[in-house]
Amino acid sequence: MAVVTEQPNIDLREPKGWRRNLNRIMTWLMVLSFILVIIPLVFVLVTVVIKGAPVISWTWLTTGPIPPNVAPADVGGIGPAVLGTILITFWATLMAVPLGILGAIYLNEYSGGRGLLGGLISFFSDVMTGVPSIVMGLFIFSIWVLHFGFSGFAGSLALGCLMLPIVIRSTYEMLRLVPNSLREGSYALGATKARVTVTVVLPAALGGIVSGALLAIARAAGETAPLLFTILVVTTANPNVFSGPNTSLPSQIFTNASSAFTGAQARGWGAALTLIVICFVLMIAARIVTARFTRFQQH
Amino acid sequence: MTQPEQNVAAQVQAEAETQQRTQTAAHRRMEPGGNSVFDTENVSIFYGSFKAVTDVSLTMYENEITAFIGPSGCGKTTVLRTLNRMNDLVPGAHVEGDVRYRGASLYAKGVSPIAVRRRIGMVFQKPNPFPKSIYDNVAYGPRINGEHNKGKLNEIVERSLQQAALWDEVKDRLNKSGLGLSGGQAQRLCIARTIAVEPDVILMDEPCSALDPIATGAIEDLMKEIKSKYTIVIVTHNMQQATRVSDRTAFYSVLRNEKSDTRTGVLVEYDKTERLFQDPSDPRTQAYVTGRMG
Repeated sequence: MAVVTEQPNIDLREPKGWRRNLNRIMTWLMVLSFILVIIPLVFVLVTVVIKGAPVISWTWLTTGPIPPNVAPADVGGIGPAVLGTILITFWATLMAVPLGILGAIYLNEYSGGRGLLGGLISFFSDVMTGVPSIVMGLFIFSIWVLHFGFSGFAGSLALGCLMLPIVIRSTYEMLRLVPNSLREGSYALGATKARVTVTVVLPAALGGIVSGALLAIARAAGETAPLLFTILVVTTANPNVFSGPNTSLPSQIFTNASSAFTGAQARGWGAALTLIVICFVLMIAARIVTARFTRFQQH
Repeated sequence: MTQPEQNVAAQVQAEAETQQRTQTAAHRRMEPGGNSVFDTENVSIFYGSFKAVTDVSLTMYENEITAFIGPSGCGKTTVLRTLNRMNDLVPGAHVEGDVRYRGASLYAKGVSPIAVRRRIGMVFQKPNPFPKSIYDNVAYGPRINGEHNKGKLNEIVERSLQQAALWDEVKDRLNKSGLGLSGGQAQRLCIARTIAVEPDVILMDEPCSALDPIATGAIEDLMKEIKSKYTIVIVTHNMQQATRVSDRTAFYSVLRNEKSDTRTGVLVEYDKTERLFQDPSDPRTQAYVTGRMG
């Protein structure tokens, strides 16, 4: 039981008036905004799981060829698209992530955000961020596909071009957050600039760099437009990314979902769920890896 | 140079000359120590066109602790950072005059700042352990200098941590993050990290300003203990600290230019610590050490 004592004549309660009311209104506005933001996310996830889960099975994920649109949902599998997505995204990542990270290192550690080259890289990576993905596909179509033909690798090039500015920007921001005192500490021990960058700056920024790279990968894995002109959607598996047309999950979603046949639509939902799960697994795997590398950053 | 700037320069120059006379007077009556480690001659330090410190001439001796004191903005840290070329990292910073380290000019052509910093280590104002394990923090310096032998590294890490009076506190958690240490421990870790590369000189930039009195005491004891092996130059805001640990003290002050409202640091007096505090030759030093200014 609370002891009731005589209260002295000072009022320590929050004063009434517009400030308290404004505080409440803003708090509720934030809660409301959060709910509004989360609704589409939950809605998309639930719909995709409900409509996509029934068609998914291990054989469906691994076998091909992808049946024609008229075929019912329980025929064939989406294997070629899963394989294509993984291979094309893998090669795109292999090209864009190291290049982007090195570019960001140049920007932040070497040019200091100034200088002609630094300014140019910074400017054009910003411009690249704004290029529509279908234009990126057309670009690769004109400089690569017209000479070497359709291939998964052409798709990787287009996706790589999309990923590059995202990787550069996010890595650059992360490197900027590394406190200068860490760099100085390393310099004071007689380290060269390259040493400082590799042994102190990069490890300190690793968590953020990986997150940025993952966002770029997830973005690329879900792109359809740049692939239309570069891989030419096919129904059979093509494990050789360097020659011959290929296929991918987003392309399959695109062709299947716009079809009038229920079997094709079910395949489209299944492919959508598969794509989401692949991205999700990637995210979790990368988080685990990052946590291992950054375990000394927490106390 | 525009007209007002020229006036400013002339004024600074004139005041600097007065400075120098006073300072040479102080210098003359000071008995020299052992081997000289640093000799600076008329050193001025600029950030772009701004003159941060003007005409510093002093000699620092082997196995002594030299303290730099003075009010904020008087350029003590700037001078300290020229001694191992840390100011190279600041865009636009440059040095005029001659800074000699054991006779070799630090700013001569072809001198590698990497090689300089390998011999002249630095401990910073804010403890800055790397986000690595305690072991890797200390082993960092030896590793970048090419030592990869496990046994030798173990030996270096243990010896350095012992010298930094930290070994007993951390020997059971060498694989834990260096960021988990308290402020005083983290600063001692940074000292251990500096000692691990076996430098000749250790520069300390207000190493205790972020620490409580007990941790400060521990670091001061540590400095006195290791000065038989190293030469130490310390910047401090704390005059008591200077009297407690240092053999010689340099007092810097600020020349304020009314017209351009810029401040330039000058060396006012440099002497044996005892004499500088008890019998200063310059009235400004007198005012500062007795607490009437600064």
